[in-house]
Amino acid sequence: MLDKNDIGKVFEPITASVEKGRLSRFAKAIGEKNPIYLDDATAKSAGYDDLPVPPTFLFCLKMDVDNPFENYESLGVSLEKLLHANQSFEYFGTAVAGDILTFNSVVEDIYIKKGGALEFLIEKTNVINQRDEHIANLVTTLVIRN
Amino acid sequence: MITFDDINIGDCLPVLSTEKISRTTLALYAGASGDYNPIHIDIDFAKSAGMDDVFAHGMLSMAYLGRLLTHWVDQRSIQKIDVRFTAITPLFAQIICTGVVQKKQLIDEQEVIEVLVEAKDFNSGEIKISGIAIINLTENRNS
Repeated sequence: MLDKNDIGKVFEPITASVEKGRLSRFAKAIGEKNPIYLDDATAKSAGYDDLPVPPTFLFCLKMDVDNPFENYESLGVSLEKLLHANQSFEYFGTAVAGDILTFNSVVEDIYIKKGGALEFLIEKTNVINQRDEHIANLVTTLVIRN
Repeated sequence: MITFDDINIGDCLPVLSTEKISRTTLALYAGASGDYNPIHIDIDFAKSAGMDDVFAHGMLSMAYLGRLLTHWVDQRSIQKIDVRFTAITPLFAQIICTGVVQKKQLIDEQEVIEVLVEAKDFNSGEIKISGIAIINLTENRNS
């Protein structure tokens, strides 16, 4: 069971560097063929400093730790019951290969539905780059099916 | 590249259809994304969680929605993507992504477009992901 007392809990910041190899593996995995995401020269001629991080890859970089589910497990969530319910990204800038991003996450809300059969956990994350520029905000809603 | 004047309410984005999702797709996505949740790659774990088999990462289909958008506009004009995962995507599903322009507004001299985005099962039409994308076509909004 989740505990409403964990609302406001701040997780350890996660720092991830944007590696070119990861970007090209991600492009392959999602079937991306647009050369802006694959070829340095094309990205640069489009005005990027390097290969851009595609829109949803920020979510993946946030998982760049030994156990990306540790934070949720520490709140009493078990993976068997976990589903992703909602996801939002709000962008203020674009990250590129070579950037070092820091993810600061906090438990925004916890609530119950259907008399406890469903528990909801909302996590809000802001993403900052190595120049302290605000790149994005992520909001993740997870549902735990009891 | 498409401009604000080119866009009208009701316009459809070019549809993106993907290959069938195989176990290899999920293994590649797990490796590339870092999302090793065994529910997506380990049939034994999936069964112990009461599922018949592994199922696709919701974020894989959301990545397809990202491709739908970046195929249509420059990534730097995407201001927000906000979606709900409405159904699990099983193995061997084929996903198609669609977008329809719902709003076109000048807000504080910002050229803003709102698009309804959906990822659906190609065969059944069942909606897997539904949400909105806010596109800001004002030139140089980030600089």
